[in-house]
Amino acid sequence: MIYRENGQFKTSYAADQQIFPILQDRWAILGILVFAFVAVPLLADEYLFRAILIPFLILSLAALGVNLLVGYCGQITLGAGAFMAVGAYAAFNFFVRVDGMPLVGALLLGGFTSAAVGVVFGVPSLRVRGLYLAVATLAAQFFWDWAFLRIKWFTNDSSSGSVSVSNLSFFGFPIESPTQKYLFCLLILVVFALLAKNMTRGAIGRQWMAIRDMDVAAEVIGIRPMYAKLSAFAVSSFFLGVAGGLWGFVHLGSWEPAAFSLDRSFPLLFMVIIGGLGSIMGSFFGAAFIVILPIFLNQMLPWLGALVGVAISTAGVSHAEIMIFGALIVFFLIVEPHGIARLWSTAKEKLRLWPFPH
Amino acid sequence: MKLRKYALAVSLAAIGTLGLSFTLTAPVHAQAKPKAQAAAAEQFFPVLVYRTGAYAPNGAPWANGFVDYLKLVNAKGGINGVKATFEECETGYATDRSVECYERLKNKGGGATAFQSLSTGATFALTEKAPIDKIPLITAGYGRSESANGAVFTWNFPLLGTYGVGADVLIQHIAKKEGGFDKLKGKKITLVYHDSPYGKEPIALLQERAKMHGFDLSLLPVAHPGVEQKSTWLQIRQNKPDYVLLWGWGVMNSTALKEAQATGYPREKMYGIWWAGAEQDVKDVGEAAKGYNALTLQHGAEPNAKVTKDILALVHGKGQGTGPKEEVGQVLYMRGLISAMLGIEGVKRAQERYGKGKTMTGEQTRWGLENLDLDQKKLDDLGFAGVMRPIQTSCLDHMGSSWVRVHTWSGSKWEFSSDWYQADEKVIRPMVMLTSARYAEEKKITPRTPEQCKQ
Repeated sequence: MIYRENGQFKTSYAADQQIFPILQDRWAILGILVFAFVAVPLLADEYLFRAILIPFLILSLAALGVNLLVGYCGQITLGAGAFMAVGAYAAFNFFVRVDGMPLVGALLLGGFTSAAVGVVFGVPSLRVRGLYLAVATLAAQFFWDWAFLRIKWFTNDSSSGSVSVSNLSFFGFPIESPTQKYLFCLLILVVFALLAKNMTRGAIGRQWMAIRDMDVAAEVIGIRPMYAKLSAFAVSSFFLGVAGGLWGFVHLGSWEPAAFSLDRSFPLLFMVIIGGLGSIMGSFFGAAFIVILPIFLNQMLPWLGALVGVAISTAGVSHAEIMIFGALIVFFLIVEPHGIARLWSTAKEKLRLWPFPH
Repeated sequence: MKLRKYALAVSLAAIGTLGLSFTLTAPVHAQAKPKAQAAAAEQFFPVLVYRTGAYAPNGAPWANGFVDYLKLVNAKGGINGVKATFEECETGYATDRSVECYERLKNKGGGATAFQSLSTGATFALTEKAPIDKIPLITAGYGRSESANGAVFTWNFPLLGTYGVGADVLIQHIAKKEGGFDKLKGKKITLVYHDSPYGKEPIALLQERAKMHGFDLSLLPVAHPGVEQKSTWLQIRQNKPDYVLLWGWGVMNSTALKEAQATGYPREKMYGIWWAGAEQDVKDVGEAAKGYNALTLQHGAEPNAKVTKDILALVHGKGQGTGPKEEVGQVLYMRGLISAMLGIEGVKRAQERYGKGKTMTGEQTRWGLENLDLDQKKLDDLGFAGVMRPIQTSCLDHMGSSWVRVHTWSGSKWEFSSDWYQADEKVIRPMVMLTSARYAEEKKITPRTPEQCKQ
């Protein structure tokens, strides 16, 4: 009833090609943006910022990067954490070793370094695909884990391998309070999300999808697999590198290679699979699911227990959290194998026909 | 079929909004509470624990000891009448979860008194946050070595000892065994360490000592969680080092002992840090671990100490015990207990200045911890006679004391096998000053002057 596009005529190519062709969508997105930029800083408290919103924003960015590669180009990767690590440590080195390096400059240079590394580790994708490629990208993970633990130059000769940064600022504005950090991450995320959306709608995104759907056919119609695959690796790694830089600089402040271990790579892949492969929206859903749900369960279970008068031990809560979380993943994969994003679009379809869906 | 999908979408949205509203309202509740309770005077202790995951066997007794001591304090009437409250938060020894727990607990119960993360990685991350939130970090026997310099690390308290101390004492002990530091020349010493900030902390000092005495130091890292050590011990078999130093945690320790048995490396030549010298580490290996040595952070297993008996009588006796009864008095249990005691004593000391029977803020507790003075009489009163030695902190010395003993596994229990050692100030102090000065420069911190310290 409300969500209906009757009477919205497209009279120009520009109107036909815009990201959100439906007026209500445009308003909704605008509303969400205003809410995120204006209302959230006024409403949320420090815990919500630091423990939930900032990790959510940064991991959304990382999930976007993984989605471009896995969801759009069909190249499975298990090395997402490694590319985040490369971005974080490269940004750290630029930041510490180059005098007067601005934060954004360091982050972007970290992203470019990560993109270059991504291209190198993407080379096997020209020969192997599917699960075999996943194993090949795993090599990136192990290699960079090893490199950052062993090669002291990368960590600026820190004795314990742990590095830290402080005194961050963005064009003269300090990035210290949780609200400032949140707004900084949000700004970067919005820019990158727009970039990702447009890239997937443009020529390069279509090439990726053609490769994903059937690479032989894509080659026949004149798409160069090398260019398409390696560009997907580069762009994806760039996103991951910037996300890694943010994770280290803004979220943790001080980190060790373990922050980007395989335990970081797997959840990123899960985010994309649960959220929806080949969907920008899905990356956000997936990140929300993986970041917020465990913390939510962890806090809700003792609260629920108290409600019925049962004290649940810390270990009990932790075990229950893992079990429920696992069960929910399986549930979603069975009910909707195409991810939460598909549920979202199904709901939208229904809404258009509401109140008489068929 | 389609109706089902529709219903699913709606319920999903409902769960989402429910979740969001819960997370939005939960902190509000937490903030509203302390005002109502302020009248009863409570002191809130956040407890970061890991009762699950790869390190749970070692994390759980520490947590139980910590919580039991808080319960004991309350059973004896609180901190000058102030009730000690606490809340646990599970970290799983992961740095990011520790940070989340820190954020969750720091404003609860009227404000956190002091954080003890039991993880060196988490300590690194929290060191950046503590000065902003004005909450002290107590890292009894772990954390970063250079934080002993309180002029730079205002909020860190590596009480009782750092890894620099541990490494230094180990070399002293080995030198004594060999009959003097000059005998160390040409000896081969291997460090098998957990590949994390924790395991890397002692390296700098060991390298310094290696330069001083001319022994040959080789470093063998073991990846988390430490069950994969075949290649490490193959290297040890080839190199035949004179001594192996073990910087492990959790399952890594017992695995190392089993591998040592398998490769035939004499356990008598193995020395662990105080985190590699608990019942949990040798229990599974049993008789085969006989002769293995480890440092003690002053205390060993203390089943006969007065405080242990108090816990059994006043906490476990009333059915309030946190863990299994057999655990009371074990090495890691005592470590947790002492960690909690140091936090409580910091509050007590602060109360002497800021008013007895009042709730201390993090800032006030920091002053208390910095001016901690536990003499033998106070320790005896607390029931810690024979468990630990007097400790006195100051602005420049946030460590307080560096007494260490060695104990040896007899096949069924830990027995002390050395005299008291103290870290060599001449070796440690310059390193602490150097690294902390570097940190201060990196972070643009001006070290506190003696005048500022007095405030």
